[in-house]
Amino acid sequence: MMHTFVVYVENKPGVLSRVVSLFRRRTFNIDSLTVGRTENPEVSRMTIVTDADTDQARRIVANIYKLVNVLLVDDVTGQGALLRDLTLVKVGAGQETRGQVLQLAEVFRAHVLDIAADSITLEMTGEETKVDRFLELLAPYGLMEMVRTGVVAMRRGAKSPTLATKTMHTVTEDESVSHSV
Amino acid sequence: MTMGGKEKTTMTGAMALWKSLEREGVRTVFGYPGGAILPAYDALKHSSIRHILVRHEQGATHMADGYARATGQVGVAVATSGPGATNMVTGIATAMMDSSPIVCITGQVGSKLLGSDAFQETDITGVTLPITKHNYLVTHASEIAPAVREAMYVAKSGRPGPVLIDITKDAQQGSCEFDFEAAAPKMRGYRPDLSPAPSEYDRALALIRAAKRPVILAGHGISVSGAEKEVQTFAEKTCIPVAMTLLGLGHLPASHVLNMGMMGMHGEAWVNNTIQEADLLLAFGMRFDDRVTGNLKNYAPHAKKVHIDIDPAEINKNVKVDVALVGDLRKILLEMNARIEPLTHPEWIEHIGQLKGDTAVRDIQNLPDNGHLYAAHVINDLWHQTRDRDSIVVTDVGQHQMWEAQYYKHERPRSLITSGGLGTMGFALPAGIGAKVARPDADVWVVVGDGGFQMTMAELATIVQENLKVNIAIINNGYLGMVRQWQEFFYDRNYEATPLLNPEFSKLAEAYGIRSFVVNRRAEVIPTVQAAEAHEGPVLIDFKVDQEDTVYPMVAAGSALHDMIRRPNPLVETAEDE
Repeated sequence: MMHTFVVYVENKPGVLSRVVSLFRRRTFNIDSLTVGRTENPEVSRMTIVTDADTDQARRIVANIYKLVNVLLVDDVTGQGALLRDLTLVKVGAGQETRGQVLQLAEVFRAHVLDIAADSITLEMTGEETKVDRFLELLAPYGLMEMVRTGVVAMRRGAKSPTLATKTMHTVTEDESVSHSV
Repeated sequence: MTMGGKEKTTMTGAMALWKSLEREGVRTVFGYPGGAILPAYDALKHSSIRHILVRHEQGATHMADGYARATGQVGVAVATSGPGATNMVTGIATAMMDSSPIVCITGQVGSKLLGSDAFQETDITGVTLPITKHNYLVTHASEIAPAVREAMYVAKSGRPGPVLIDITKDAQQGSCEFDFEAAAPKMRGYRPDLSPAPSEYDRALALIRAAKRPVILAGHGISVSGAEKEVQTFAEKTCIPVAMTLLGLGHLPASHVLNMGMMGMHGEAWVNNTIQEADLLLAFGMRFDDRVTGNLKNYAPHAKKVHIDIDPAEINKNVKVDVALVGDLRKILLEMNARIEPLTHPEWIEHIGQLKGDTAVRDIQNLPDNGHLYAAHVINDLWHQTRDRDSIVVTDVGQHQMWEAQYYKHERPRSLITSGGLGTMGFALPAGIGAKVARPDADVWVVVGDGGFQMTMAELATIVQENLKVNIAIINNGYLGMVRQWQEFFYDRNYEATPLLNPEFSKLAEAYGIRSFVVNRRAEVIPTVQAAEAHEGPVLIDFKVDQEDTVYPMVAAGSALHDMIRRPNPLVETAEDE
């Protein structure tokens, strides 16, 4: 199943390559990875989506923690976290189909970024499944170009772990094994 | 300069490097100079640190590794950029796999040239990313002291490992305010001190109390944690037999009644069988390497498993366990020893005695003398002769390493230094040099095959140059013996590329001014070892052993742990292989 990890790292050169290198050499597969700034200029934040079972997910968390620049790993899978993915898509649309494409865009709350004689470029932000559905419906008009950013995630409400306290964080538990890191 | 170090002092980055290392307690470094590290070498004359010039940078890393393993202190190696740095890769990977604390310092081209494919430029932080615990690229003099202090701390704490610091030439030449105290590690994300939840103790203790056929699996983590005494106390109090990993040997005296000896691919057959019949495995500072488990599908199928290790990433990596206690082994065992009541397992111990079966008959030590000199005889005699002294045996990789593990009975921790995880041929000679430098009072015996010796034998010059009393025992069978053994068993005796054309090692030793001996018969083994011990300087003994002897027992790769190829029992089986 897809696991989503939010990884807080020190904002230092080379940290991204350390994380990516870890996934490669442990043969964990990355489905998507985003990295960006946070409210704290010393901290960068990654959202990593990977296909893993529960046990692999725990090993991934433990391995990421071995990287010296990693501050915190939060497995938000199944936590009802907010997951968003931004997509830019250029669809073939001449005079005859332009209206239909614009209608779809409105229903899915996609923004129109550019209209040309034979194409429309749309921006859409949403959960991956919603974006997937939107793209499916656009497909018959001809997807000329498409790019997705990958998922960014955030827990709802006040549930997010805080970096201020340097307490031990409990890794995902299951019935058979639990341990703290 | 003030010894208290509370005042800031202006100095070059190169000087800050040596001062930081000095203040971190480093007395010796192993290195090889070159263009990009020259500013550091130029400043060396102002430092109290002893520099040992090696003959190849790989040697420097193995020496630092041997130094670290002999003492538990961080070993330090120095090299220049480019080829100097890439030559360190094998030694770094070796230290990584065996959790050995070393710090490697490399010069790098000037920061303005980075990324330009300048002469002798290599992205060594990129190259070593997957084989270091952490690494640093330092481009300013002011970053050197903090990097050194962090590196020393990271290398030694938690699960130890190699750390590399790549320092640009301009960072070495630049000037900085040296303030050792202010350079103390400030690492927000690094958490080497983990401890298990209290409930995990309860669950582990419940399994231990309920077990009828428990076994302790003792690994390298014991000496890393300094838990030798606690392991012995625990084993004695609970009356649980102990099987050792290769790197665990010596952490419980071999003569201890509960010490069964080595498990795994070339472990004792009855020890492997004991593990397969166990109902509880207690893994102490070991990582269920494929060489100790055999095929995982039918590994210890009846056993519950309790894993104590400081690295959470090891939990459930190879073997799914029932309880995991992540943290420092010594601290955890102190708690367990306080809470566990004395236990006994008389039936299990008696049963294990029966599992030994015809082991003694199959032992090559008990076979009638046929005039051949066997490696196992050499090592057993070496043990008999050196056992009462403070001896450290440093092995290479291959058949001789396994015979050493089987026939040299280690009574003390850190008395065996060997490349386990990476299996690095060429490790023994430089690692032995490192061990001798670290422990000058100990007798160091380098036990090495004729193949591995030739990989790093350039370091003979280092031995002579530093006047180190290192004893070298070449187990010379004229083959890459372990590879030949695999060809014998699994490749239809097609001995492709395994016979070796060797130089006369004794003459080679003489060329370096090293005293040498050649031994062809068993009767000569002990007198020659005695002569080697009596000689003041370094000694090389060329033991010309049986060419096609085989390490038994053997669990073939992919086979179950109890599925072993055994040495033929001469009383019931005809040795038709001969």
